[in-house]
Amino acid sequence: MNHTSKFRTIIEPGRIERNYWQDIWRYRELFAFLAWRDILVRYKQTVIGVAWSVIRPLFTMIVFTIVFGKIAKLPSAGVPYPILVFAALLPWQFFSNSLSEASNSLINNANLLTKVYFPRLVMPASSVIVSFIDFLISFVILALLMIWYQFVPSWRIIMLPLFFFLAVAAAMGTGLWLASFNVKYRDFRFVVPFIVQIGLYISPVGFSSNVVPEQWRLFYSLNPMVGVIDGFRWAILGGESTLYWPGFVVSNVVVIILCLSGIWYFRKMERTFADVI
Amino acid sequence: MNTIIKVEGISKSYLISHQKQERYVALRDVIADNAKSFGRRIAHFLDRNGRAKNSQATQEEFWALKDISLEIKEGERVGIIGRNGAGKTTLLKILGRITEPTHGKITIDGRVASLLEVGTGFHPELTGRENIFLNGAILGMSRSEIKRKFDEIVDFAEVERFLDTPVKRYSSGMYVRLAFAVAAHLEPEILLIDEVLAVGDMQFQKKCLGKMEDVSNKEGRTVLFVSHNMGMISSLCEKCFLLDMGQVEKEGKTSDVVMHYYTSGVQSPGQVDFSVNGRPIGDEYAILLAAEIRNEKREISNEININESLSVLMKFQVKKTNKFMPNVHFFTGEGLYAFDSICPDAKVLKPGEYISTCQVPANFLNDGTYFIGLALASAGEGIILHFFEKSALSINVKDPIEGTPGRNGYGGPIPGVVRPLLKWNINNTDKKN
Repeated sequence: MNHTSKFRTIIEPGRIERNYWQDIWRYRELFAFLAWRDILVRYKQTVIGVAWSVIRPLFTMIVFTIVFGKIAKLPSAGVPYPILVFAALLPWQFFSNSLSEASNSLINNANLLTKVYFPRLVMPASSVIVSFIDFLISFVILALLMIWYQFVPSWRIIMLPLFFFLAVAAAMGTGLWLASFNVKYRDFRFVVPFIVQIGLYISPVGFSSNVVPEQWRLFYSLNPMVGVIDGFRWAILGGESTLYWPGFVVSNVVVIILCLSGIWYFRKMERTFADVI
Repeated sequence: MNTIIKVEGISKSYLISHQKQERYVALRDVIADNAKSFGRRIAHFLDRNGRAKNSQATQEEFWALKDISLEIKEGERVGIIGRNGAGKTTLLKILGRITEPTHGKITIDGRVASLLEVGTGFHPELTGRENIFLNGAILGMSRSEIKRKFDEIVDFAEVERFLDTPVKRYSSGMYVRLAFAVAAHLEPEILLIDEVLAVGDMQFQKKCLGKMEDVSNKEGRTVLFVSHNMGMISSLCEKCFLLDMGQVEKEGKTSDVVMHYYTSGVQSPGQVDFSVNGRPIGDEYAILLAAEIRNEKREISNEININESLSVLMKFQVKKTNKFMPNVHFFTGEGLYAFDSICPDAKVLKPGEYISTCQVPANFLNDGTYFIGLALASAGEGIILHFFEKSALSINVKDPIEGTPGRNGYGGPIPGVVRPLLKWNINNTDKKN
C-alpha cells in the first residue's frame, strides 16, 4: 500500500549506491538547466558575446598558419594550411575549454554543493555542454573556410561524431580528476591553465603529427589528444591524410583509462565534497 | 501512520585543524607538511629514546552529531530546536544527502527536498522568469511541474511586472519573495527547512507558513523544520526534538520541548566561550572568541531588571588589519527582530585580541526573553561580514512591577518589543484669563 516505497533511500557511510546512474538520469533536467544557465550567463555578460567564440579560434588559426606554415614551412600533406590547423583547433579548443570549465565547476558552484543534493557528476558534465556551443560555432567557421578554399571533404567526414565523442571522453576524464583535486587542493586551479598551455604545444595542433619522428610516434600517442586530433584530421581532410593506427589505439586506451579512473576517483571523493569545499 | 524517516545511531565527525587558518587544503601545504613530518620521522629515527613529540597537534576530531536515533511519521510537521552548534543543520544536511554520516543508518521512504537557504542557485544576471525555472530544477522540480505552477508562483511572489528583469535589480524583499514562492510550491514527500523563514517581512512569512501548513494538511507532506523562532515552531509543528551537543536532549510535544528549552540550562547562557570546541566562527580576517552579558554592577548575568542597563561584550581576534565594525542584533523570544546596533565609527584594528562593548540603556527593553546575535563586519574594500552568530547569548529582562518607572501602579502586561522611557509633556491649552 505504501505508494512512496519506490523512492526508498538508505543513507549509510561509504554506501555504494546501486541506483547512482539511475539518479543521474532522474536529474537530467537539472543537468540541462545548469548548462542552459551557463550559456545564458556567458552570452549575457560579454559585450561582444558570440563574436568572442569566433574571434578566438580564427586568430589562433591565423597565428599558427603563419608561424608553422609560412615561417617554419612544415608539411601540410597537400591541404591548405589554415584548414589543417583548424581541423585540429576544433577538438583542441573544445578539449581545453571543457577541461577548464569542468575543473572549476565544483568550486564555482560551491553554494549549490553545500545546500542541495544531486549527483555531483551532473556539475562537470553540464559545464562541458557550454564548450559544445563554442565547438558548433567553430564548426561553422571551418565550413566557411572549406568553401573559401573550395575544399571538398570525403565520405570520412561522417565519422566525425565518433571522434567528437572521443574528445568528450578525454575532456571528461581529465576534467573529473582535476575537479576533484580542485576541491581538495585549492591551489590546483593554477595548474589547469598551465596544463592547457603546455598541452597546446605538445599536441599536434599547429602541425601534423607526421612531423614527429617514427620511433617516437607511439610514445607521442600517449597524449590522448594526439589520437583525437589525428582522428579529426583523418575525417575532415580525407584523401591525403592517413591515420597512424598503433598510435591511435594507444591514444584510445589512454582516453578510456582516464575516463573510467576519473569517474571512479570523482565518485570516491564526491561524498566529502560538501564537507571540504 | 507509516514511519517515513528512520534514523538509527547517526554520528558525524569533522576534522578541525587548529594550527592552520585556511578553510581548505592547499597542495603546497600538503607538500610542506609531508616534508616536515618526513623530517620529523628522520629526527625521531636518529633520536631513539625521543618519544613521539606531538608538539603540533594540527587536527582534532569534532563530533557534530553523536548517536542520534529518531523516527518521523508520514505527514508530521516536526521542529528541531537547540542552540548554535547543537547539530541541527548537520542533521538536515545528512538527511538531505548533502553530506555523509560517519556512522549509522537512515532509511527514508520518499523524495526529499532540502531548503537550507533562500534562493539557492539564483543567478543575479538571469531574469525572474529564468530563475524560477533554474531554482525549481535545483530544488528537484521537473520542467513540466514548474510550467504547470509558474503562474501560481508568480502570483504568490507578487512580481508579475518584473518577470523579465534580472534579479540583481530586484529589491531584497522582492528577491526573497520570489525565492520563497518557488520553495512554497515544492511537492516532495519530505521537506527539510533550515531557518530560511527568518528573513522577509512578517506578512509574507505568514503567507508562506500558511501555504506550507495547507499543503502539509491536505497532501500529507512531512516537514522538518529547524528554527530559532519558537513562535514559528510552536505554531507550525506538533512535535519537536531538542538537540544539544549533537545529541537528542528531549523529544515530544512542541510546547513541552520548548518549555524545557527555556527552563533548562540548554538555552543560551549569559556567557559563552566559542574557542573550546566546534569549528572556529569567522574567516581569515577575524574570529569570534567569546561573549558575555554584564549587568550594571559589571557582573556576568543573563537576567536583569527592566530599569538596569546591560552591556554586551564580544571578544574577537583580528588576524588581518582592516576597518572593523562590531554589531549586535536583538531578537525577541518569538523570533521578531527587535533591533540591531552597529558600532557607529569603524575602527582600523591591527592583528590581536579585542573586546567590544555595547551598552543597552536601562528602561529600554520590554520584559521577556531576548536572543542576542553577534556579528563583525568590516568596511575596507566593500562591506564584508566576517561572522554572524545568531542567538549566541540570551537575556531575560524582568519587570518587578513594584516601583517600575512608567507603571504608576498599573500591574497588567505592557505590550511591545521595547519599553523606552520617553520624555512627555502635558500642556494646558485652556485660554488664559
